[in-house]
Amino acid sequence: MPTTWNDILDFGDRDVSFTPAEPAGDGDSPKKRGAFSRLRESLAKSRRALSEEITSSLFDRIDEETWERLEEALILADAGATTTAQVVERLEHEVDSGAVPPDGVAIKARLVEILAEIASTNRSKIDLSNDPAVLLMTGVNGTGKTTSIGKIAWHLKNEFGLSVLLGAADTYRAAAAEQLTTWAERAGADIIRSNEGADPGSVAFDAVSAAKARGVDVLIIDTAGRLHTQGNLMDELGKVRRVIEKQMPGAPHETLISIDATTGQNGLRQAKAFAEATDVDGVVLTKLDGTAKGGITLAIATELGIPVKLIGVGEKLEDLRPFDPTDFASALLDED
Amino acid sequence: MFDQLSDRLQATLSTVSSRGKLTEDGVDKAMREIRLALLEADVNFKVVKAFTTRVKERCLGADVMGSLNPGQQVVKIVNEELTELMGGAGRDLVFSNRGTTVIMMAGLQGSGKTTACAKLAKLLTKEGKRVAIAACDVYRPAAIQQLETVGKRAGAVVYQQGTDVDPVEIAGWALDKAKDENRDVLIIDTAGRLHIDTELMDELVRIRKVVKPHNVLLVVDAMTGQDAVGVAESFSDSAEFDGVIISKLDGDARGGAALSVKAVTGKPIIFASTGEKLEDFDRFHPDRMSSRILGMGDVLSLIEKAEEQVSEEDAEELQKKMAEETFTLEDFLKQMRQIRKMGPIGNLMGMMPGMGAMKGLKDVDIDDGELDRVEAIILSMTPYERAYPEIIKGSRRRRIAEGSGTKIQAVNNMVKQFGQMRTLMKQMANGKMPDPQQLARMQGGKAAKAPRPKIRRR
Ligand SMILES: Nc1nc2c(ncn2[C@@H]2O[C@H](COP(=O)(O)OP(=O)(O)OP(=O)(O)O)[C@@H](O)[C@H]2O)c(=O)[nH]1
Ligand SMILES: [Mg+2]
Repeated sequence: MPTTWNDILDFGDRDVSFTPAEPAGDGDSPKKRGAFSRLRESLAKSRRALSEEITSSLFDRIDEETWERLEEALILADAGATTTAQVVERLEHEVDSGAVPPDGVAIKARLVEILAEIASTNRSKIDLSNDPAVLLMTGVNGTGKTTSIGKIAWHLKNEFGLSVLLGAADTYRAAAAEQLTTWAERAGADIIRSNEGADPGSVAFDAVSAAKARGVDVLIIDTAGRLHTQGNLMDELGKVRRVIEKQMPGAPHETLISIDATTGQNGLRQAKAFAEATDVDGVVLTKLDGTAKGGITLAIATELGIPVKLIGVGEKLEDLRPFDPTDFASALLDED
Repeated sequence: MFDQLSDRLQATLSTVSSRGKLTEDGVDKAMREIRLALLEADVNFKVVKAFTTRVKERCLGADVMGSLNPGQQVVKIVNEELTELMGGAGRDLVFSNRGTTVIMMAGLQGSGKTTACAKLAKLLTKEGKRVAIAACDVYRPAAIQQLETVGKRAGAVVYQQGTDVDPVEIAGWALDKAKDENRDVLIIDTAGRLHIDTELMDELVRIRKVVKPHNVLLVVDAMTGQDAVGVAESFSDSAEFDGVIISKLDGDARGGAALSVKAVTGKPIIFASTGEKLEDFDRFHPDRMSSRILGMGDVLSLIEKAEEQVSEEDAEELQKKMAEETFTLEDFLKQMRQIRKMGPIGNLMGMMPGMGAMKGLKDVDIDDGELDRVEAIILSMTPYERAYPEIIKGSRRRRIAEGSGTKIQAVNNMVKQFGQMRTLMKQMANGKMPDPQQLARMQGGKAAKAPRPKIRRR
């Protein structure tokens, strides 16, 4: 069973139900781009547990070459040398000990299982049980924070009927607030913003106050992209978090980091630094509609215990999905 | 974890040179380490394979030079090959003799094109050029506003027609306008796009055909992983880019993507974008990049300097003295001075032929003040004492301490450590790996042990 929205969203005792929605196809929604049909196709592809092509090419005979090919596939998916070595070693062990029969289909299925198991580390729901539920979005420059917020807002508003407020605490990048405003309009959410150069903490403060005063269900706060190596900016992020916490004890209830699927081994350092600065609860893995597989999230899961919760598969409102460990695992091994 | 690559190489290789050549087995082991280091730096798997194959060939043919131990020798070859691969025949921006020079940007979403446009504009305006930027990203919300703000900051004008006009049309219109206004340079900002998005890749081709750019630049995020190769190949086919801007290089990514892109397309990295400010944008230096990818800049510069400083004969003689345990404090002093001529160091031991292979020695923090003390102690000894330090006892010790302005304890320690070092050197020179426990004791700490993944691919 693929993961559904209800599997990853914790509504507490809110009375909500899921009604699938289609975004309005007019000028308000993002421009139609060629990606749509390809996207469906690529999703369907990743859902197929085992593509026959790989199975046959990889497992005609189980020998040294087989394991090498598996390693190659994992490395090319950005899983990293450490994770790759661990996984393949474990699988080889299981085959040697007879726990897994030495036939291609069985080995591949078991590999997907192992990868999915790793990807499921610390799996937990996005906490929307509070009133208002406060989400904080963080991440390195250009990874897809603002776009993901627009998508999340649209899903919550249009498919679950929740009221959503956005907080534009990226006061640094030129036109960041305008960008978020466009997404707010598309999603049917309200927005709290200030001018460029304003203190991000005070925007966050205003946003939480407004969310409480207006009685909205969910507040999502956007932050400026920053490299995890920029100490002062990471401190600033910690401060934004503390401002939110002070204004509403227990908030933010969910802190997310967006990781671009094309990111290589540096992704682990990113997640580590952001986790230290703001206590990250989950990853939004973006740009999976490309050819990159996002294998670095396996290392993020094992070494930091931070699970992926959502995936971005395009630039349109509806291009956001709940993360499904098994789909992800089999897509990792798909050759493009 | 790969910061100790050179240590590993030296440990791997310390016993595997025979008769002045590296053995195949040793080189294979070294290639394993190199491969892991490159993969960890995000160099594409296939590029790594081709690279290590070539390096292996060179290593097998190479003589082990007197002044370098086998590990350093391999590192040197790897670095030379990397630098060659990264640099090669460089290409700078091409400017048209008359009229407007057109520069078109291309790249994935979020790679940093808009920022790169502004930074490049700033660089060119500082050179006295009149720069315009065309806003052809009509897709991402507020992309045009962002460009207008940063473009103005850079001292460029921004040509835009809103989001309802076809980007190809905007590009053509902007070029006419730039010519009319006698702009020296027109930079075309384009929307980020996936390399597999045929519709948008086709749009890029059409823009290129309309504006006939003198330069097409691909913007690549320094943090990109294995995917960089596929991306670069696709953009090379359609955008036909001439060079690369590597962005976000101010982070701590090793930047192996730069190598991958260069290796598969042959196109040079021209600029590096290294910070939040518009000024943080420079011409790219391939030599610095290769040591960044390997994660061992210090070692590389030490090797270079060692080659300059230590003649082969000296090195051979030293090797012999080490083997016969006739290495004296006089030799030590000479070595130390030679090394100190190279500048401040925290890696005295590692610099001595054979010594770098001792795992963990590198971590012994030797500051310059301490070296001053050691030097003072040796200088307060008689030549006889320097040759036979084991005779330094009681009154000699006191005299040396007084003469050097140190404590008896310091003299004691120095002499003791020298004795241990000499024993180790003998083992090393005779091809034995020192006992890690022994090393640890000598350092007064635990021997550093870095676990590393086992990957089999040759
Ligand atoms: N193809 C694809 N593009 C995406 C996805 N998510 C975001 N993008 C694109 O990536 C680019 C950057 O997205 P933003 O949402 O602006 O990223 P950000 O992290 O907010 O960026 P900064 O605020 O500048 O740090 C935009 O062009 C988005 O359209 C995705 O899932 N797939
Ligand atoms: Mg943003």
